[in-house]
Amino acid sequence: MIRFEHVTKRLGGRNVLDDLSFEVAKGEILAIVGPSGTGKSVTLKHIIRLLTPTSGKVWVDGVEISACRGDELSRVRERFGYLFQGGALLGWMTVFDNIALPLREKTKLSEDEIGRRVNDALRMVGLDGDGGKMPNEISGGMQKRAGLARAIVGHPEIVLYDEPTSGLDPVTARTIDRLIRRLNEELGVTSVVVTHDLQGALLSADRIAMLTRGRFAEVSAPRAFVASEQPDVRAFLDAQFIPRGGFEGM
Amino acid sequence: MITREPIYTDLADNVLIGMWRTFVLGLAGIGRAGSMTLQAICLSPLLMRSRRSRAELVRQLFVTGIKSLALITIVGMFTGMILGLQIGLELRRYNQEIYIGSAVMVSLLREMGPFMTGIILAACVGSSMAAQLGTMTVNDEVAALEIMSISPVRFLMAPRMAAMMVMTPVLSFYTSILGVIGGGIVGLTQLNVPWEQYVSNAMSIADCYDLYVGLFKAMIFGIVITGVSCYEGFTTTQGAVGVGQATRRSVITSILLILILGYIITRLFYDL
Repeated sequence: MIRFEHVTKRLGGRNVLDDLSFEVAKGEILAIVGPSGTGKSVTLKHIIRLLTPTSGKVWVDGVEISACRGDELSRVRERFGYLFQGGALLGWMTVFDNIALPLREKTKLSEDEIGRRVNDALRMVGLDGDGGKMPNEISGGMQKRAGLARAIVGHPEIVLYDEPTSGLDPVTARTIDRLIRRLNEELGVTSVVVTHDLQGALLSADRIAMLTRGRFAEVSAPRAFVASEQPDVRAFLDAQFIPRGGFEGM
Repeated sequence: MITREPIYTDLADNVLIGMWRTFVLGLAGIGRAGSMTLQAICLSPLLMRSRRSRAELVRQLFVTGIKSLALITIVGMFTGMILGLQIGLELRRYNQEIYIGSAVMVSLLREMGPFMTGIILAACVGSSMAAQLGTMTVNDEVAALEIMSISPVRFLMAPRMAAMMVMTPVLSFYTSILGVIGGGIVGLTQLNVPWEQYVSNAMSIADCYDLYVGLFKAMIFGIVITGVSCYEGFTTTQGAVGVGQATRRSVITSILLILILGYIITRLFYDL
């Protein structure tokens, strides 16, 4: 579904991504973890072509998105949902209107149908009853959940999550992790999750990729990931108090 | 795409390369701002298609017109009073102060009305546009629109462009009328020019051609202010500092372009 072919991205005089190649299968959840500043969000932005590779290609379902322009790019992007780190809600619209925006702008659904779908999305992220509030009237975590509702309201085939659980309380964070899993199981959504939250990644992802120095140091299923002896992975696991074989106990 | 990456990702090796890059980036910026401006003008008629777009247009008309009205009123009135006083004092030396109406009317219709309106809108509305769009850009809201395949030029810039294209000539005319009234008040109270004589003189010189050129000039100023401010907003980087810099650049560039274009348009429409 998503394929990176030898992608290198040079920013600020250094290679943030360095000859990175990987694939995400249809219906798979890939979690990308790693220290700050290693290019996780940059990777995510290449998938939807908010960034273009310095060299290499990015493919989405047979279309080279890294070379797409104009209407073709719009058509590919319509298959995506994207959750930004801060939610990226439009400040002058209510939460409800923010979530309804892609439906109102890109579909011919009736207002009743839009209302039903928006309320469903709000319920899924635990914000039912908050649709009438303005973004500045809700907490950062709630803004993020509203952003998630907007990302999934159009029933996209692929959802990209940029730090979906950062800033959330542990209970809400696990709810979001389960929601990511549920979208994948019930709707077959392909997901790429960029996160620092290894617990969440272990809970929701099919594979976990550890990005360091512009390359994947390890790409494996959660069980194999926690057993990895790769030094960068080990350090990351130890920093989050996840012991070898810790997955068994979760 | 509105969200763009830097053309150069490495630091320049030496000063010459740095200067060349600055030149290239300047040209690229002019090209992008021009392209966005043309797109926004072409997309403006589409705003009448849906109820939500019309509501947004009305909101922008309110922001541009009504919220600037108090300042425009004061500036327009005092511009006319200053013009009336300065011209009247000179004309009084030749006992010709009764003609201040003509001079004030011509100055305001041709130049001062559009110019003062442009300056005020660049400072009030243009800076606000750049700051708002800049904040949206650094908060990823513009990128979010692009990902949803909603064109930021159509969704954000076109309503502002349409509102400015309508309101700048209207406000320019309003400024000119107030200026003429202000000049008349000075004539009446300071220079002993009867009101009827002032108005009669002013109306005798008032020409539709001057009015049309002034309104056209004002509309061009409105387009320039919106184009520059939206471009600066959409290309904002580096968080709050970047928003401040974009706002400052939008006001400076708009005022400079208003001055330069004001001269060019006058030169084009009036033979020596």
